[in-house]
Amino acid sequence: MDNLNSYLFVSAVLFSLGLFGVITRRNGVAVLMGVELILNAANVNFLAFARFGGMNMAGHVYALFVIVLAAAEAAVALAIIINIFNNFKTINVDDVSELRQ
Amino acid sequence: MSNLHSLTHFWPELILTITVLAAIISDLIYRREESFKVAWWVLGGLVLTLFAIQIGGSTVSDLFMGTIALDPFSEFFKVLVLISTIAVVLMSFNSNELKDYRMGEYYSVLAIMAIGLFLMASAIDVLMVYLALEVVSIMSFFLAGYLKKNPHSNEASLKYVIYGAFSSGIMLYGLSILFGLTGTTKFIGMQTAIANLGPDSNLALILSAVFILAGFGYKISAVPFHFWTPDVYEGSPTTITAYLSVAPKAAGFAMMIRFFNQVFGDSTALVSETWSTINGIPWPQLMGVLAAVTMTVGNMVAIQQDSVKRMLAYSSIAHAGYMMMALPLMSEAGVYGIMIYLLMYLFMNLGAFFVVIYVQGKFGGEDFDNFDGLGWKMPFVGVVMTLFMFSLTGLPPTAGFIGKFYLFAAVIKAGTQYYWLAIVGALNSVVSLYYYIRVVKHMFLKGERSESVEMPASSLVTILLLAMALPTFILGWYFAPVVTWISESLVIFQGM
Repeated sequence: MDNLNSYLFVSAVLFSLGLFGVITRRNGVAVLMGVELILNAANVNFLAFARFGGMNMAGHVYALFVIVLAAAEAAVALAIIINIFNNFKTINVDDVSELRQ
Repeated sequence: MSNLHSLTHFWPELILTITVLAAIISDLIYRREESFKVAWWVLGGLVLTLFAIQIGGSTVSDLFMGTIALDPFSEFFKVLVLISTIAVVLMSFNSNELKDYRMGEYYSVLAIMAIGLFLMASAIDVLMVYLALEVVSIMSFFLAGYLKKNPHSNEASLKYVIYGAFSSGIMLYGLSILFGLTGTTKFIGMQTAIANLGPDSNLALILSAVFILAGFGYKISAVPFHFWTPDVYEGSPTTITAYLSVAPKAAGFAMMIRFFNQVFGDSTALVSETWSTINGIPWPQLMGVLAAVTMTVGNMVAIQQDSVKRMLAYSSIAHAGYMMMALPLMSEAGVYGIMIYLLMYLFMNLGAFFVVIYVQGKFGGEDFDNFDGLGWKMPFVGVVMTLFMFSLTGLPPTAGFIGKFYLFAAVIKAGTQYYWLAIVGALNSVVSLYYYIRVVKHMFLKGERSESVEMPASSLVTILLLAMALPTFILGWYFAPVVTWISESLVIFQGM
């Protein structure tokens, strides 16, 4: 585990799992977890490139920013899901479709 | 430019930040029924920001160690954002949907969104791109779901948050690959690094470009990343729909122009037409096809709608398609056309949505049937709406015609390989005539003719509608000053 490729492989697997989760899960919270996996895949990439690519601190700073933004996004998304639950009594994203298609 | 020195050129954003703080604090002081007064703080801050931009002059430089560009190009988009924010704040006073809610946060969040849009228009570092995009996105999720007790608004915000978080996540992954390939986060450094890459990194480069395109496409609601648009636009409070259809779209185009010109163009971007750096994939053709599909899908689905609000949502996808026609050209004329179109689009689209807000407040719905006989009952609103509809179609002598004229001229001037795109665009404009004129038909030919004539009860609505209608009309035949201003704004920071 001491070369760039293994880290990129891990991040690609994380990304694919996240993609899979977003597409297949119908529970609102689970969909968000898929999104978090995608963000973390990108984070692994940034850190791996910063560590092995001989780059400066930019990658580390980037990862920190992404963590903070992911937290902010999750906070808003969870608030929205609570609101959905109050009005619809479900958090299944397929059942929440009153708007015309 | 160093960090401390940059602050002296960062006044507009600093004033907006102080405005947001003042708005949040004043919201704590006001009682619930007078919480709308926060809007005055926000309005004051926005007007001050407008002055600060004017006073700032047109220095071309980078700020905060090359993360933000200071150039007339970004100033143009900042002015665009400010005009639409001010108009939307004023219109929110008259919105019936928002009456039952505490309004302090609504206005504060609008101001935060304006900061995010400012940063989007001037970001030249991928970190800043992502940061600005997320600030705008998170605030839009919040505003789309502002009507807590309204299930439609809840649903809109849920769909928005899922699509938004997903697309920006994909974009971030693309950016991380690009960072790995180039070893820098600055647009200009990336350009030189990409030019030196060997052919074996082509696959990774294409992958990252496609992922990044997903993020941009979501922001400007281009097909195939548009699925959120109709539902979000329909469910959100109409004031927010109006805002989302104009300001983030404008900033998204600014970001896209900057990114694709500087990262994927060669060093002569904006002069040459080459996307030379990614070999093997016909980028201009691909973007052209995306533009054609975007406007066709938008128009074809807009025809089938019963709700004017949803029709305008689909038509805004079509308008994004028209503007995307000029993206693959990579020419100065193309960017110029997009900027002119965005300015014209701002007035006509905001105006159309304001009429919808007014009709919704008065007749309790936003379907075509609610517009029956409106032209006879309220000639002022009817005539103004007719003007907006003609302008959105692109009929002379309205602003929409001038916008389309410059856009199509740029496409045709770019060479014979783009003629098909111009033809598709022209055919689409004809299609759009059908559903825009349908509104006019409902206003003047359907329903009963009333004998009495009414004006909007609130003079603020009258003034706002006039403020949108006059530019829409006047810019149709007297556009020289505006066009000169835009051509002067066409200075994009290209590195020191």
